[in-house]
Amino acid sequence: MDFQLSDDQRALRAGMRELLTGRFGRDRMRAALDAGVAVDRGMWGELGAAGFFALRLAEADGGVGLGLPESVLLFEEAGRVLLPGPLAATHLAAGAVGAVKGAADGGAVVAVLDEGRPVAHLEAADALIALGPVRPGGVARVLEGDVLRELVRTARPVRSLDPLTPLHRVTAGVEDGVPLPGATPLRLEGALLAAAEQLGSAARTTEMAVQHAREREQFGSPIGAFQAVKHLCAQMLVRAEVARTAVYAAAVTADPAEIAGAKLLADEAAVHNARDCLQVHGGMGFTWEADVHLHLKRAWLRAGEWLRAAEAEEALAADLCRVHACDAGDL
Amino acid sequence: MDLADTDEEREFRARLREWLAAVLPGLPAKPGPDDWPGRRAYDTAWQRMLYDVGYAGLHWPVDAGGRGATPTQHLIFLEETERAGAPYVGANFVGLLHAGPTIAAEGTAGQRARWLPPVLRGDEIWCQGFSEPEAGSDLASLRTRAVRDGDHYVVTGQKIWTSHAEVADWCELLVRTDPAAPKHRGISWLAMRMDAPGVTVRPLRTLAGSTEFAEMFLDEVRVPVSHRVGAENDGWRVTMVTLSFERGTAFVGEVVACRRTLSALAAEVRRSGRWDDPVLRRTLGRLNAEFRALWRLTQWNVAEAQRSGGVPGTGGSVFKLRYSQARQELYDAAAEVLGADGADLDREWVLDRLTSLSYTIAAGTSQIQQNIVAERILGLPKGR
Ligand SMILES: Cc1cc2nc3c(=O)[nH]c(=O)nc-3n(C[C@H](O)[C@H](O)[C@H](O)COP(=O)(O)OP(=O)(O)OC[C@H]3O[C@@H](n4cnc5c(N)ncnc54)[C@H](O)[C@@H]3O)c2cc1C
Repeated sequence: MDFQLSDDQRALRAGMRELLTGRFGRDRMRAALDAGVAVDRGMWGELGAAGFFALRLAEADGGVGLGLPESVLLFEEAGRVLLPGPLAATHLAAGAVGAVKGAADGGAVVAVLDEGRPVAHLEAADALIALGPVRPGGVARVLEGDVLRELVRTARPVRSLDPLTPLHRVTAGVEDGVPLPGATPLRLEGALLAAAEQLGSAARTTEMAVQHAREREQFGSPIGAFQAVKHLCAQMLVRAEVARTAVYAAAVTADPAEIAGAKLLADEAAVHNARDCLQVHGGMGFTWEADVHLHLKRAWLRAGEWLRAAEAEEALAADLCRVHACDAGDL
Repeated sequence: MDLADTDEEREFRARLREWLAAVLPGLPAKPGPDDWPGRRAYDTAWQRMLYDVGYAGLHWPVDAGGRGATPTQHLIFLEETERAGAPYVGANFVGLLHAGPTIAAEGTAGQRARWLPPVLRGDEIWCQGFSEPEAGSDLASLRTRAVRDGDHYVVTGQKIWTSHAEVADWCELLVRTDPAAPKHRGISWLAMRMDAPGVTVRPLRTLAGSTEFAEMFLDEVRVPVSHRVGAENDGWRVTMVTLSFERGTAFVGEVVACRRTLSALAAEVRRSGRWDDPVLRRTLGRLNAEFRALWRLTQWNVAEAQRSGGVPGTGGSVFKLRYSQARQELYDAAAEVLGADGADLDREWVLDRLTSLSYTIAAGTSQIQQNIVAERILGLPKGR
């Protein structure tokens, strides 16, 4: 056992951080926000060129040939900088050979259709992946061309909570479209990648809170010297670090219950940490100008995607019975 | 990131399992919580069995009589012994995890030869005399005095919350040797015989009803100067060596046990026909996420210690904060599962619910742990 990042994994993560700092620093992020452009095709292509989407596609198929552990490291970085767009869906489409042309190299944008939920980034999407039901064995489908155009035509925009995640209500069902080849557990893998983004966000808001607590002075001392503030920050770190090991371990084992646990804890960490970060920032935290609200809004949205708390907890409860020989017949 | 055993680790695990399967059925029944002589005999007999086959002091350095095992092997040992339902370290705790490692790290050759082998063999039990009535979280403000008299210290003062004091042969004692120095600089670490004249132990009853710890009154107890470990007035640093061991692999077995308890709770809910209660089900599901993650965090911290050459880091504080809370939530859930039987002390889990209350206090309270995380890991300014 050596449950720590390898040198290659560290290098991969550092490379992605560098790319994102250069290509999607805070100024670019705020510019995208002001312009209302969530998916920038140019950057999508650069992410593709850097292997963000083709990471897990076999080298023989033109991919990078790495695994889930490497993917979660990249998605963690994306979560840190609030990188918008349907990253997980495009990554998953790229991993399923030939499912959507152009997904692997960042030429195509692939979004998600999950029954009963609004669709994010519909207008930018070249294809949709319709997730099967939450229960195991649900088949995913791909919606493209005329089917997609018809769906877009009848869709109604939603005024989105998260300014960098445009949403639409659609009428199509998850039975439309062409079944995806293979039986990849898309919902679970999507949940894990989203959990990694939540982890990145939770770690970032911890850093933001700590930095502010060191600099802001009241009553003649940095507010970080007050225990009430200090303990908020300490609990933020605890949440982020517990989520980190849950996400990394789930990426190594790909165990469904472990993935459910990772999503549950990472959602909680991202949402709770963003709220605490807001509190530590005082009035500044309530402004549009501070980035805190963007982390919180994105975290709220992601918590409602792929696998929600209730579904994760049910999966984890069922797991307690499965593993440990209590009668599974009457589940 | 690798969670699988190496070939060596797999072999180590397999041999250990085989041995446990062979010896555990032959163990005598566990003594009751208030049968202290029985508990001592039970715990030391187990330690002796470990010693005889070479599992004693697994994580101790070889030159201290240990096996020099890697942190991962130690983790496997704790995991497997717990899984198999083997006895817990019990009364050997301070000797094996606090005093022993301190002596191994800071003691002279003579001190190591005198004190370490009996700990490994289960011949001698140690207790920890750190806390005082006026020095708890602020341990460095301790007042128990030690005055030089020739080649002895004369020790007078009072200790409190001393676990296993009733059965201990030795006490790792923190005393003030220089009252004029700043509080951290006037402390020394002594090994004191518990049967020395002037030592009075008065058991304290815990809220669980048994006597897990005691008050200790020291009235001009003579301790040879040769029983001091480390330099005079350097005891605080020596102590920190001990405390950092307290936050390493100390909870491996317990996390494994908590996961087993959680499964047993799920089985009990189904047996009693309450599995269709979504609140109860989701509570258990959430705890499953929690303890799975705590297990992974343990492995993460151990792997980190392994890479850094065995030094446990501050990650232990992050772990302890979350674990102590999760353990209390686990037994609150158990009470929910037990329903009306949650008031019956003879039902499984009820006593554990009571003892779980000590986890946010003992070995550094949760407030102190949060200070440590905020100041030492996050670098926030020290406050009051
Ligand atoms: C089951 C058990 C076994 C123990 N075994 C031993 C043993 O074998 N040997 C031994 O020496 N000791 C032992 N202890 C003692 C233990 O280490 C102390 O209880 C602990 O360090 C807290 O000290 P205290 O009880 O004096 O509480 P206090 O320090 O008085 O704390 C009271 C409250 O004030 C808070 N507080 C104190 N200081 C601060 C601060 N700076 N910032 C914020 N909050 C603060 C604490 O968090 C706590 O909530 C044991 C304790 C228990 C419960």
